[in-house]
Amino acid sequence: MQTLAYPCCEKCNHTASTPCRDYIKCRVEGPLCHDDPDCKQKRQDFLAKMYDPEGLTKQILICTGTGCVSSGSQRLIELVREELVKRNLDETVRVRSTGCHGFCEQGPIVIIEPDKTFYTKVKPSDITEIIETDIVGGNKVDRLLYRDPVSGESAVTYETVNFYAKQNRIILNNCGQINPERISQYMAKKGYQALEKVLQTMKPEEVIEEVKKAGLRGRGGAGFPTWLKWNLCRKAQGDKKYVICNADEGDPGAFMDRSVLEGDPHAVIEGMLIGAYAIGADEGYVYCRAEYPLAIERLKIAISQAEKNGLLGKNILNSGFNFHLKIKAGAGAFVCGEETALIASIEGKRGMPKVRPPYPAEKGLWGKPTNINNVETWANVPHILRNGADWYCQFGTPKSKGTKIFALTGKVNNTGLVEVPMGISLREIIFDIGGGIKGNHTFKAVQIGGPSGGCIPEELLDLPVDFDSLSEVGAMIGSGGLVILDDTTCMVDIARFFLTFTQKESCGKCTPCREGTKRMLEILTRITKGEGKPEDLENLETLAGVIKKTSLCGLGQTSPNPVLATLRYFREEYEIHIREKRCPAHACTALLQYHIDNEKCKRCGVCAKNCPVGCIFGDKNNPYEIDSQNCIQCHTCIDKCKFKAITVS
Amino acid sequence: MCQSCGKGHKDLHVDLKQIKLKEKIDAYRGEAGSLIPVLQEAQDIYGYLPEETMKMVAKEMKIPVAEVFGVATFYSQFRFTPTGRNVIRVCMGTACHVRGGLKVLKALERELDIKAGETTGDGKFTLETVACIGACGLAPVISINNKVFGNLTSEMVPGILEKFE
Repeated sequence: MQTLAYPCCEKCNHTASTPCRDYIKCRVEGPLCHDDPDCKQKRQDFLAKMYDPEGLTKQILICTGTGCVSSGSQRLIELVREELVKRNLDETVRVRSTGCHGFCEQGPIVIIEPDKTFYTKVKPSDITEIIETDIVGGNKVDRLLYRDPVSGESAVTYETVNFYAKQNRIILNNCGQINPERISQYMAKKGYQALEKVLQTMKPEEVIEEVKKAGLRGRGGAGFPTWLKWNLCRKAQGDKKYVICNADEGDPGAFMDRSVLEGDPHAVIEGMLIGAYAIGADEGYVYCRAEYPLAIERLKIAISQAEKNGLLGKNILNSGFNFHLKIKAGAGAFVCGEETALIASIEGKRGMPKVRPPYPAEKGLWGKPTNINNVETWANVPHILRNGADWYCQFGTPKSKGTKIFALTGKVNNTGLVEVPMGISLREIIFDIGGGIKGNHTFKAVQIGGPSGGCIPEELLDLPVDFDSLSEVGAMIGSGGLVILDDTTCMVDIARFFLTFTQKESCGKCTPCREGTKRMLEILTRITKGEGKPEDLENLETLAGVIKKTSLCGLGQTSPNPVLATLRYFREEYEIHIREKRCPAHACTALLQYHIDNEKCKRCGVCAKNCPVGCIFGDKNNPYEIDSQNCIQCHTCIDKCKFKAITVS
Repeated sequence: MCQSCGKGHKDLHVDLKQIKLKEKIDAYRGEAGSLIPVLQEAQDIYGYLPEETMKMVAKEMKIPVAEVFGVATFYSQFRFTPTGRNVIRVCMGTACHVRGGLKVLKALERELDIKAGETTGDGKFTLETVACIGACGLAPVISINNKVFGNLTSEMVPGILEKFE
């Protein structure tokens, strides 16, 4: 297959190893090394054929992110190809697999370009109709269009879908648009031009200065200024330095890093190249969790393509800059998201955090100065360097610049990935983009920042989402997980859920974290069973204070946050559990009792037939009853009863 | 009969899996920090980490056995007992939790008559829980042999299990 790296004619004798000044740009806009309208046309034609919809009548884009693949999108691609061949359309209509569109719940997603038609939940049986009605007939298949959960109106193009219309997609822009397994498509989207600009025209110090001006802060949790980290590492003594991409996205409920790696892996590689140049590193690692096999696969392909095109390896673009990149697969330990633990894991040891200082910037991997940023942070870098800090600063707030990707999940209508400028309110994210709460339920709280974050109640929903405002109310952006909770979610249970997680993932090095989280979990478990004592809440707060102050790493220090935040805003719910032994949200199963209302019951027996433990007795002549001793509170009878005759108390 | 190669010889025992693992170890030789990738390769070959294999890794890589055990037991990816033919992973992430992931787990436990972490008597299924699969948009989800099943309810469980041999 011809790639973008091919020379247009004999006059262009530049290759990746002997590039001209504008080698990358030349591939896309060129040729720039000589003036020939024919050559220019040749390049443009090539680009058009490869990427641009012009020249083709239509393109069918099918999402192959993890979400859509599990909803069956791979099969769709095969079917569309077969159908096109059958109708002799395979020359004029192209099928492309793309990265994640972020709207996973509506998957598999199929987009028709250039019309921007947005089809959702496409099934194999829909393919013939799409080809016939849309591709051939030029009409829309109405029933597959997205219907807004609030207004009930259908949206024809993705631009009119509220979920997308209110977002500001910079980092996610390529995801879902380009084929992540083709470097040329990334290059056609101005990819690697930032690297070229940096290597040809900027000194490392100038790169750091630009990132400083852009005000980029780490997207992994703490929001530490990226330029400061880079600068510390650059100034550290030593001729061997490393850069690492932290792709150990362990927070349950966050999956933006996975989507960026799966949908736009070259952006991360380009960001790391620029960072390595600024710092003076010549070797890098991407530490990716093993639970993301597709991300690792795409990254492997991207690295090998970058190597083949002379963008990774020795003497990159003839600038004298060397950089080698390797992938390390994690082995399932949440604590490895902490930078010193991550380094220990790359070194092949147990992933346990170390005392800082010395910081990794001075003494990191193999004792050498090391700079670690997470996936989203690295993916921001090419945009800043290509478009300039001033451009970047137009997004966000004075102290938190740029955009942030959130994973919007839970009891909300539109779940998926959402990229918004910093400073937007939670209300806008949840109700405008997210389309409000699912079903006939009411909003209760939003859990932000995973196991290190907190729960924010309705009265604080107008708070701007940035690094600083959230920490003032006991939460944090963290990795960017937003889990929406409704009136059926019990806040004690949520606190217990997170503590179960951190307790299990505590590496065991520090006693307060190892033992303290266990004691807190025991108290919470007792409360959810109706065995709480009046002094429990005070004990929880004392323990939380000690764990926060005396744990070594972020995991321990932030582990009490979910408990403290729920105690702060939902104390009454805890008290009801303790005092009245009941769960207002009907979520703590140990406190639930199921009853059959004999007036509503038609004695159909469906409940008894479906009860997995056979604890419902009765027949046509005798009223049905539930044996609460043996009931396992599985809720099946309620789900099955057509007459709403079964209630919980 | 030789358990490894299936041939009828008794004395000349050739462990094909061991040979394969040795090749992998050789490929990593000299590369710093390669214990975890080697253990991952070993688990790919054996399906789990038998004690003898960890001892062999220790010997080949000149790392104390205690350290190999220490590293292997630290990470949740490594197992020390054989798995069933199909591995079910139930996501315990936040989104799955609030959308009824626990009910799906309970339904699986009931249907298979085992607890999380166990393998069925006929060796057909191993049931595990994981922190987050990262398919939160489809919550609650499970994965069977790395294929993700989303938007589940407990009633869908028997139908999904039927598809596996």
